[in-house]
Formats: sequence, C-alpha cells, structure tokens
Amino acid sequence: MTRPILSTRGLCKDYGNGQGCFDIDFELYPGEVLGIVGESGSGKSTLLATLAGKLAADRGQVRFLDRDGMAHELTCLPEAERRRLARSEWGYVTQHARDGLRMNVSAGANISERLMALGERHYGRLRERAGDWLDKVEIGADRLDDKPSAFSGGMQQRLQIARNLVTQPRLVFMDEPTGGLDVSVQARFLDLTRRLVHDTGIAVIMVTHDLGVARLLAQRTLVMQRGRVVETGLTDQILDDPQHPYSQLLVSSILQA
Amino acid sequence: MTERQWQYNFGFLDENTKRMLRRGLLKAVAIPGYQVPFGSREMPLPYGWGTGGIQLTASIIGKSDVLKVIDQGADDTTNAVNIRRFFARVTGVATTTRTADATLIQTRHRIPETALCEGQIMVFQVPEPEPLRTLEASEVETRKLHAHQEYGLMHVKLYEDIARFGHVATSYDYPVLVNGRYLASPSPIPKFDNPKLDRSPALMLFGAGREKRLYAIPPYTAVESLAFEDHPFAVQRWPHVCALCGSGDSYLDEIITDDAGHRLFVCSDSDYCQAQRTLQEGMA
Ligand SMILES: [Zn+2]
Repeated sequence: MTRPILSTRGLCKDYGNGQGCFDIDFELYPGEVLGIVGESGSGKSTLLATLAGKLAADRGQVRFLDRDGMAHELTCLPEAERRRLARSEWGYVTQHARDGLRMNVSAGANISERLMALGERHYGRLRERAGDWLDKVEIGADRLDDKPSAFSGGMQQRLQIARNLVTQPRLVFMDEPTGGLDVSVQARFLDLTRRLVHDTGIAVIMVTHDLGVARLLAQRTLVMQRGRVVETGLTDQILDDPQHPYSQLLVSSILQA
Repeated sequence: MTERQWQYNFGFLDENTKRMLRRGLLKAVAIPGYQVPFGSREMPLPYGWGTGGIQLTASIIGKSDVLKVIDQGADDTTNAVNIRRFFARVTGVATTTRTADATLIQTRHRIPETALCEGQIMVFQVPEPEPLRTLEASEVETRKLHAHQEYGLMHVKLYEDIARFGHVATSYDYPVLVNGRYLASPSPIPKFDNPKLDRSPALMLFGAGREKRLYAIPPYTAVESLAFEDHPFAVQRWPHVCALCGSGDSYLDEIITDDAGHRLFVCSDSDYCQAQRTLQEGMA
C-alpha cells in the first residue's frame, strides 16, 4: 500500500473577511495529478500557497513525505527546512513566466539553476542536461543560449516545466499554468505536461479556474467555492455527473464553450 | 608630538566609535566572510576614497604599527599619498612603502606581490560588499540567500559568462567562498590576487563605508574562487615580463610611453618592482 506523498487535515488560512481557505482535507499519492478548480476568490490560490509554505496556515496540518520516506509537518517547518524541500523535492510553475523564470539569462541557465543549487559543478554536463530538457519540452536544444524573453508564451511555460522537472522533484505545484495561453497553445502545453508527468512519476497539484484544463491533466479534482471544497472525486466523474450545484454550473459552462 | 595632533584623538575617530568598530571586527573574524553592519562615520575624505577601509584602519592602528598604503599596487598615487599622510598626521605612526616592513597595509585594488606574514593585517577598501548585488537588488533577499547558503544564483552568472564568452569573463572582484560557508566579494582586486587570499597567514579586513558593512578573512582561512569542474579558476597571465624588473610572475599594468602609442608592461606593485631591481643591481 503506497502512502500519500501529501495529506492535509483541517487546513485553514483565514484572511478574516471571509476570504481564505477552510477545513481542507485531502490526500495526494505519488504520481497523481490533482486539480483544484474554482473561480477567482474561491481560495484555490491561497490553498496552493499555503500548501507550498509560502503562506502560514492558521490551523490544520499538511504532512509531506520526502523521497527517503521521512514525514515533514509543513505548517510548522523551519524556513531553512522548507527551502531545502523546495530545492530538492518540489517544483513550482507559475501563471506568469516572469515570476517563474529568470528572463534576463539564457534558457540553459534557467534550466541549470536548480541543478547548480543542488551542487552540480560541471558546465558540460549542465549544458547536456539542459539541452535534453529543451528537446523534451519541444523548444529544441538549439535554443539553449536564447533568453526566455525571445520565446512565445507557450514556450516560456514549457521552459518553466523543464526548469522544474530537471531535478526530478517529487511534487510540483502549478498555479494556473495555462492562464495566459491561447486555447490552441494550452492543449499542446497540457498534452506535453501530461506525458512528462506520466513518464517521470511526479505528483502534481494544479490550480485552475478551468475544469476543461483539469480534465486534460488531473485524475482527481477538488472543486472549491468560497474557500471550501464543495466536491471532490475523479475528474471524469465530476464532469459526467456533478453533484454540487456549483460543480454543475462549472461543468455546464465548459460544455457551452 | 607635533602641535597638530592635539586637535585630534589618536587615529582621528573617538574612542567610542573605535570600540564599536572593533566589536564589529571581532564578530567578522568569528564568522569569516559574513557581512557585519556598522554605523559608518563621516570622514574628512569623500566616499570614493575608501572611507570604509580608513575607518577600519583608524580603529585598529596602534602607536607601534608601521603603515603602508597602496592604490592599484602603487604607494605614490594621490589617493595612497593622501591616506598615508592623513594617518601620519592623526597618529604619528611610522609609514613605509616596503611590504615586508609594514604591520598594517591599507589597500585599494591590489594585494602586494611579496608574500604576507603572520601578524600583518590587510585592510581593503570596498565599494560594494555584496557579491550578489548585481544579480539580486533586494537587501532582504540577499541576506536570506546568505542565511540559507543559497548561492545557485552566483553560479547562474558564471554559467552565463561561459555560455556567452567561452570563459568566466569576471576578472576583478571575482566571487569567493570563505571557509566553505559565506560567499564574499574580495573587493575589486584582480582575480590574479584571489589565490593570495587562500590560507594567507595575514588577517584580511574589509570595510565598505557607503554600504556600512565590514567583513573579515582570518589567517589561514580557506578561500575558494568559484568555478566549474571543467572550467577551473585561472588567473591572468601575460606573454611579457615586466619591462623594468623582468619579473615574470607579477601582475602587470600596461602603460603608454609616448605619443606614438608605444606600450610597456610593468609591475603594478611598485614596491615589489623596485625591490626586484635593487636585487639585480646588487647581484650585477
Ligand atoms: Zn617590475
């Protein structure tokens, strides 16, 4: 029986004005992709930031299991430990490339940064790994020395994927990774991400406002409204037979689109 | 004592300020490479003149010290002459141009060629103490990076140098890791001088007046110049020897000798060059 890589119990982040996230319980298993779907203001981004330790939780627990099988309680983790986990066990893909990439250094340096942070000091090997990853995310190793500012929005998001996955993290947080992309570009990004995530066995927690995006990537989905999880289940099940009125609304909106 | 000295406290600074600086220096020596904040004082010299280094020197100089001041390796530039004269006036201590005779050496941009000894102290004038500053503008963030020893960013810069120029293009103020822990700026010395920092028997003190930071490399501390395994750290080399003394292993400056653009390469360390020539005359 595999143990969950991440589990939360009664997690709360209360901004005091009704905003935040409340009583969040879920479990995430190795290699699983979990979608967190809701409109803006539903608390989904707050939840993601709290899980990743970027915001301090007010109540509840978040337990993370590292690659050595050691459990860490993230809500009371010292900063140094949190940063160590962020370097060695996690990835974070942001909606805006400028928040997740170094726009003024080359794609190769962007991909190499995490490897160097983990101690890789061989330039030739860094180039090779970075080039491999540029091929994997369909940007092409010949763009190794180009800066992300020369890339399209879709390429920038795929570069974020490469920059994060190169160190083989066990868990990647994605915050609206397709938020800024055209629908046609979205599909390519999701398709590629699904393939890479599947090949590498990485677990993903992805926040999106679009149930259609969750459908293409996430096996399971939490639907959030006003800071609470109103429905949870297999993504296909929620799409076929949504139980909560809010989920029904979300499903009908993507069927119309 | 000359009449002049009655106007100043010994070393110009008041005793409280000196104590404050010494406390900072003790902390700096205890944590090699760590930048210690200090309350920088107004000095009767502009910031570009190295007020950080001058304050450090003023706080540690004693009556028995012998002071040497260099600027770009030379004892006779305006900057060096003025600082040396300033300390002679406010302390009355002996001054020298000979590296071997000095107990205290204040410097800008060079470490002498003559090997330093135990008991000697080097004081560096530092314009920018934070090696990560050009990469990360926020002081709050750079302090976090030091606290958590997250120096991947510095390697990003070296990576980018090699990708663009085929080698690390940084030739001055080349970043070092002190005692395997803190990333530090060696001040704008040429990277040629970096190896002299590693396990030096002398005490190295660094003062940045405008940025109000001081830091130290205690004697025999390991100082590593950052590099890649397949692009190891290397110092500058010249295809010439010094035109004056014939030295083949000192740091050379290029000087233009006439209107026709004739060039000569000579030792940047004027004391060393002179000593080499004296030695040769003695042997001749
Ligand atoms: Zn010479």
